[in-house]
Amino acid sequence: MAPLIGVVEFPGTNCERDVAHVLEILGGRAEILWHGESSVKGADAIVIPGGFAHGDYLRAGAIARFSPVMTAVAEFARGGGPVLGICNGFQVLTEAGLLPGALHKNSGLRFLCQEVALEVVGTDNIIGSRLEPGRVLHIPINHFEGSYVCSHDTLRNITESGQIVLRYVDNPNGSVGSIAAVANIEGNVVGMMPHPERASDVLLGSTDGIDVLGSLIDCLAGDTEPTPVDQGH
Amino acid sequence: MEAPDQAEALHRALGLTDAEADQIQELLGRPANPVELAMYSVMWSEHCSYKSSRVHLGRFPTEAPWVLVGPGENAGVIDVGDGLAVAVRIESHNHPSAIEPYQGAATGAGGIIRDIFTMGARPVALLDSLRFGPRQDETARWIAEGVVAGISGYGNSVGVPTVGGETVHDPTYLGNPLVNVMCVGVMPVDRLVLGQASGVGNLAVLLGARTGRDGIGGVSVLASAGFDESADEGAKRPSVQVGDPYEEKRLIEACLELLDSGLVVGIQDLGGAGLCCATSETASRGGVGMDVFVDAVPVREQGMAPHEIMTSESQERMLAIVEPDSLPRVRETARRWEVEAAVVGRVTPGGALRILDSSDGEVVAEVTAASLHDQAPLYHRPMAEPPDRARRLSGDPGEELDPELLAGEILAMVQDTSWVWSQYDHQLNLGTVIGPGADAALLRLRDPESGLDTGRGLGVTTDGNHRWCAVDPAEGAALTVAESVLNLACVGARPRALVNCLNFGNPEHPEVMWQLSRAVDGMAGICRLLGIPVVGGNVSLYNESNGVDIDPTPVVGLVGITGPLRVRPPGLAVSEGQILIELGSPCPEDVALGGSRWAWNRGRRDGALPILEPDRVAAVSELVVESVADGLLGAVHDVSDGGLALALVEMALAGGVGLTTQVPLSPRQLIGESPGRVVAAVDGESTVGALIDRAGDLGVAARRLGQVGGERVTLGESFDVPLDRARRAAAESRL
Repeated sequence: MAPLIGVVEFPGTNCERDVAHVLEILGGRAEILWHGESSVKGADAIVIPGGFAHGDYLRAGAIARFSPVMTAVAEFARGGGPVLGICNGFQVLTEAGLLPGALHKNSGLRFLCQEVALEVVGTDNIIGSRLEPGRVLHIPINHFEGSYVCSHDTLRNITESGQIVLRYVDNPNGSVGSIAAVANIEGNVVGMMPHPERASDVLLGSTDGIDVLGSLIDCLAGDTEPTPVDQGH
Repeated sequence: MEAPDQAEALHRALGLTDAEADQIQELLGRPANPVELAMYSVMWSEHCSYKSSRVHLGRFPTEAPWVLVGPGENAGVIDVGDGLAVAVRIESHNHPSAIEPYQGAATGAGGIIRDIFTMGARPVALLDSLRFGPRQDETARWIAEGVVAGISGYGNSVGVPTVGGETVHDPTYLGNPLVNVMCVGVMPVDRLVLGQASGVGNLAVLLGARTGRDGIGGVSVLASAGFDESADEGAKRPSVQVGDPYEEKRLIEACLELLDSGLVVGIQDLGGAGLCCATSETASRGGVGMDVFVDAVPVREQGMAPHEIMTSESQERMLAIVEPDSLPRVRETARRWEVEAAVVGRVTPGGALRILDSSDGEVVAEVTAASLHDQAPLYHRPMAEPPDRARRLSGDPGEELDPELLAGEILAMVQDTSWVWSQYDHQLNLGTVIGPGADAALLRLRDPESGLDTGRGLGVTTDGNHRWCAVDPAEGAALTVAESVLNLACVGARPRALVNCLNFGNPEHPEVMWQLSRAVDGMAGICRLLGIPVVGGNVSLYNESNGVDIDPTPVVGLVGITGPLRVRPPGLAVSEGQILIELGSPCPEDVALGGSRWAWNRGRRDGALPILEPDRVAAVSELVVESVADGLLGAVHDVSDGGLALALVEMALAGGVGLTTQVPLSPRQLIGESPGRVVAAVDGESTVGALIDRAGDLGVAARRLGQVGGERVTLGESFDVPLDRARRAAAESRL
């Protein structure tokens, strides 16, 4: 049975169908999980996709962390369940305290939608099985508040414990340490600003995102062999 | 709105002329009360009624077998096969953007998105055609930054990718920028709905945001008058609405769900002229009347008068016509999406629109719905050809051509607009095959609800050229359409429908009306020749500041379809080793330079336009469409403003590699804008042969132009610069 991935939808989320689509192509079963749910409904993994949860009003992710589903997601994560936050999902996970640090407005004070080069740093996490340190991925970013910030102590800790997952090759938004993705200490919760689902199709220009989301599926299937993928759908 | 001391001055304060006030009195058979006057003033505004332009708009060809809905509805709709239909509309938000750039542009995007989902289509793409004053001007920069941020802030959050558009800087837009937004939606054909009320006893349900005092008189005070230094433009700011993309996102989902479940019999967005417009239009189209209860309208603030509630332009609102039995399910859907729903009226027999202070209360206004909607005055405004036209057309700016200056002049035309489109989410929905920065955008053509992919592409582009139209509005408008067709061809699409946004100056100036009329003729003529139906449009007049009209700027939005998408269209980036081929007749040695980017930059507004042969454009388009579909081309770019020189510099910059031409090219041929040309780059001699053979079969001229490679861009005798210098020029053009 293919693994079941719950894709969380808050009002204002807009990448839920894109993420679900790519997860299904990669062999997963994706189900949209409405923010009012009080459980993760038997999901093997959770993805919190991009968008503008609750309009990003007050502060990105600040209201979403109070949605009922987030209590269930936090419990799922504490139990070791895999949770991936993409873009707005990353913001929600830091607001919910499931990941260290926070995301500020881009240093250029403009929204940025563009492909960026990313260097893989740590692979001991739920998106690392198909990646190797040093590899460069080309994946788009799409955010206004993507500048990663954390305290000096936190930066030292996450660096030493291998929690930095991806770094920008050319830091586009002023992130501390050029950090584009981080994991929690256990490696089962990852937040990333780039959108891997947008780099999963030859016709759209890049397929590097397949190895990111494919790694998530692999760790659910319990095998590290890459699932064969038909990329030319 | 200022409260006038004298009753007879009220209609003037509202923007109605004395003659219009008399006409209203005649229609009603009695003097109008203040509420009724307020309603007529917004509905009969230039913006809503097209009273100056309507007599000309009937000349557009609007029919084709695939047209499902033509002009006059909220959006044009065409059948694109596989059970799908595409809805398209373009609209201006020029004046609000001049006053308050961020909100003006944001609400422009919001309004056009509502026009699309009103038809039952899911909005899948926005395009922005933006025109500002020179980059060096501080106010122009403030407006440009604000407009782009507004579109970014609204469009990204509402979840509709902004996939294309254009950005132009020119002194003509210094006091009056142009912000035209086009939206494209896709739907299963059977979900198509029209904005009309039917079924006496049905309920009018207002969905979405609460009604406030924002945007009162937006269409009359703001959109239907020019700008003037003596007036306090800041005082018009309350006439600009404020947008809430999060509300709109939920409204889209709620409305599409209501349409899918068949719970509404008609639906209409509230835009310019607010509830007054939505109720009178739906009633008038459905041949019925309507009672509206103002106390039932959810308001943002206390003490709003009936005329304020009826004419407020508060954003993110829709009016749905619902059978009473369906009401509980409508409320349930609205609740799920956290959208407020209120019954504010009832469909009645006859044709009267009655405004009551409550459902069993006093009638505060009673007019026939049709009199607001389509009995506005129709003006045959005087037209006059500019007196110096013949003298201007006989000039030749080319007499100033100096080969020594040419390289600098060409580099000055290089414009990098990535600072604009990198602020837009152009990738949402995983459907953007070619995004902004190319000749046109290309989307996968899919059923937006089931996700079913037709395997074909939907090409979209917006184009305008005020220089051509200033020289000759008719030929200029035709050239604009021709360029748009070639832009679509570069992504492999054949045109299926056109919408236009006619941006002109003050219609009370006879020269402006002459420009408008001529532009309509030019556009209509080429559309007829090329078989492209005009399915919708918008007219924006009074684009003037301090009594000076903008150059005529008809903007076209074109929608096209590709065959099966086997390969990604190549885009304009060339690669080392490719061979450059010019498709279409080369620029003649004596090409006229009137209206060229080069001439304009030198301050020369005289001269004639290059000659347009529409059938040649059609042949080049067909050649490019077929070659893109077969994957024959390694790069492709249409030649338009800035001529061959700018096209080649842009291709080199996109590819990050130099190139050299190997045919004689005079300065005039480098910057001449002779239409119907495309530059292709191909790999290998056999492909060159195949392309030239195919061109021959279609009767299209084709010649080897040069070679891609190296670190310099060398064009003819008079342009030879390092690629890095072109890169610097591009970087300096960013805001």
